[in-house]
Amino acid sequence: MNKQIKLMLIGFMTGLLNGLFGAGGGTIIVPFMVFLLGIEDHKAHATAISIILPLTIFSSIIYIKSGIFNLPITLNVTLGSVVGGLLGASILNKVPIKYLRKIFGIIMIAASIRILFTK
Amino acid sequence: MKLFIIGFLSGIIGGMGIGGGTILIPSLTIFANIEQHMAQSVNLLSFIPTASIALLYHLKQRNIVLNIILNIILSGLIGSFIGSYISIYINSYILKKLFAVFLFIMGIYEIISKQKIGEKQNEKIQNKKNH
Repeated sequence: MNKQIKLMLIGFMTGLLNGLFGAGGGTIIVPFMVFLLGIEDHKAHATAISIILPLTIFSSIIYIKSGIFNLPITLNVTLGSVVGGLLGASILNKVPIKYLRKIFGIIMIAASIRILFTK
Repeated sequence: MKLFIIGFLSGIIGGMGIGGGTILIPSLTIFANIEQHMAQSVNLLSFIPTASIALLYHLKQRNIVLNIILNIILSGLIGSFIGSYISIYINSYILKKLFAVFLFIMGIYEIISKQKIGEKQNEKIQNKKNH
């Protein structure tokens, strides 16, 4: 497939899912870049942020314009996530990410089953 | 306080490069009883400040592959537009169930993922160069 078309498709799918579910853009685009475009892991992660950030800002504007916005909740969560994000990035090389990834995978599956089977 | 803690914990996970938002949204709906659309809105917005800081850092470090991002962002914006509007017009109950399917697939992906971020990735790259 033509590389330009590949890039456009990757972008479109990532934006679509990120807008639809309000999350996951980074998780989707990193493997695409690593396996389809052959970009090194750490560069793929960095590049993913430069792509997901504008898409997320754009989706946020659409959500806010549609009235899906709550300032107190957003501020509280954002404050926590900024502090947590800095901490997470600083311990990145000191924790066994390989196992954490699997543990969080299991938590995500458990949460998904809970949501699927409760009203 | 509960919201701060949920944000904090998912922020740590996100900061380590493991999808923090995918964990934040179900945490908000399950533990804080926040409606699905609102949880998604909160996640999108809470991503912006941390990602901006990370972006500045990576730009300085020249980790970003600039020559591919324009095409991806342009088509991504079209996707975001369509995805966001589909989301807004879907009933909350159905969106929550669809999200659960997405979460399930993401969970499987995290388990089978072979990404080496945070696992001495530099050592590996170095080995490749030496061979």
